[in-house]
Amino acid sequence: MTKEMTLKSVVAELRDGMTIGMGGWGPRRKPMALVREILRSDLKDLTIVAYGGPEIGMLCAAGKVRKLIYGFVSMDVIPIEPYFRKAREAGAIDVVELDEGHLLLGLRAAGHNVPFIPTRVGLGSAVMINNPQLKTIRSPYEDGEVLVAMPAIKLDATLLHVSRADRNGNTLTFGPDPYFDDLFARAAGKVYVTAEEVVDSIASDNPEDMKANLVEPYLVKGVVNAPLGAHPTASHYSYGWDLPHLKAYVASAAEENGWAAYFDKHIAGGEESYAASVGGEAQIRQLPLPTM
Amino acid sequence: MTIAKDFTLAELIIVAAAEAWRGDGELFVTGIGPVPRIAAGLAKMTFAPGIQLTDGEAFLVETPVPLGPRGDFKPRYSGWMPYSRVFDSVWSGQRHAMVTPVQVDRYGQANISALGPDFRKPKVQMLGVRGFPGNSICHKNSMFLPNHNKRTFVEGEVDVVASVGFNPKNWPEGVKPAADLGLIVTDLCVFDFNGPDHAAQVLSLHPGVTFEQVQEATGFPLLRAAGMKVTEAPTEEQLAIIRTLDPHGVRTTVLKGNPPGIRAAA
Repeated sequence: MTKEMTLKSVVAELRDGMTIGMGGWGPRRKPMALVREILRSDLKDLTIVAYGGPEIGMLCAAGKVRKLIYGFVSMDVIPIEPYFRKAREAGAIDVVELDEGHLLLGLRAAGHNVPFIPTRVGLGSAVMINNPQLKTIRSPYEDGEVLVAMPAIKLDATLLHVSRADRNGNTLTFGPDPYFDDLFARAAGKVYVTAEEVVDSIASDNPEDMKANLVEPYLVKGVVNAPLGAHPTASHYSYGWDLPHLKAYVASAAEENGWAAYFDKHIAGGEESYAASVGGEAQIRQLPLPTM
Repeated sequence: MTIAKDFTLAELIIVAAAEAWRGDGELFVTGIGPVPRIAAGLAKMTFAPGIQLTDGEAFLVETPVPLGPRGDFKPRYSGWMPYSRVFDSVWSGQRHAMVTPVQVDRYGQANISALGPDFRKPKVQMLGVRGFPGNSICHKNSMFLPNHNKRTFVEGEVDVVASVGFNPKNWPEGVKPAADLGLIVTDLCVFDFNGPDHAAQVLSLHPGVTFEQVQEATGFPLLRAAGMKVTEAPTEEQLAIIRTLDPHGVRTTVLKGNPPGIRAAA
């Protein structure tokens, strides 16, 4: 049975109020084509869990977010996500601001079906004050150490952008860092991937290639062919992040009705016209990968 | 070793900041921001060859990568450090970072998250706590603060404790505050929190700066460390290495006006 879907049919499976995980890291490998499809939909009251980049700002700007659970929201060389900042400073969203590592542990706990994972991370910090739902426990062993019991972060669905996928849900994700896509996938148990390319089979004679396989097909419920689907974030090794576009996006936040103008220019017309609205495929494919 | 006569304050600070990693063996080292990163590179190229640096993305490199466009420089990779292994290094204590918080207080606590009294609706949303709570409870952290003043070194407590310190009220009952703070390097001095009861003590004053001037710019009391001295000038050899690590001169943009290393007497 093929798992191939369309952006629209994936978004049709999402529901108001769901808790949705976003793969990637900051301005890297975000499932932006699906995010834009959500922006075009009437989905609302979402809880979004992420190492956030521009997808968070866009979802906040469009009023899709009720609650945000994040390790950070940043576009790296542009440290502050402007629409996220606006939403925070307006007090418009509930937030669970965690240590980056808490997010990892919470997702891992969810994936392993345990209620929490103990850690020192958080003790002595404002994370414990700003998130009174986080509890401490005492080690049952001789050391008796007091630790944070980082609770599982259960997700209803996770959206990932991968390099290559087949219709059975096998995926390859290229790039220097897999980030925590695997943990987001397992914490949801239900993953929709967009792929730079969908092929008949990802199979290879070289077992080394399979180190780029991050998640088992039993987790993958839908595969969408979405070349350039991470733009304006980076998709290794197809294209880098689009810094000029991100700067224009940031600038829009300072303008009156800036979000509406951005939405009309790039999103309202659908994915078919998206690439053309941001300079065209050839230009995107020449975007350099980041050099830090 | 030739002591340089002509150097900028940024270069003096880079040399002073590199000292943070002296004796760190093979620790994973992260200098976040241009000055800490150049300083970490300088440490590796001189007295701390064993420290492990990344290319800023996900790989350990044999030679520190220069800032900005790399020209003919090609990194040589010697290890893989994806974020999952960054966390493993952090949590096992095998890392020493240098960071630039927005606020630091008398307890050694630091904030990069948000400003204002109401976390639900902050006056200014900044970076969030990012990895600071975990970093600060698991491994050593040094700091670089380019503007030594009372907005940075606050009188009370930081607005959001992102990086933990020694204020017992923020720790669960029966848990001893634990933070491992290295050097705090500013545009005026170098200090640490190794005075009595973790008090801040000045280790060295930058040339032309007085202790009173530093105290005046700090929201909490400072002590004079035993043997407090003048921050050492860079050597010509160190300056040459700094130029290779920062070929485009990013360091000239870090401090307002790129002042000289030796200030005219006030």
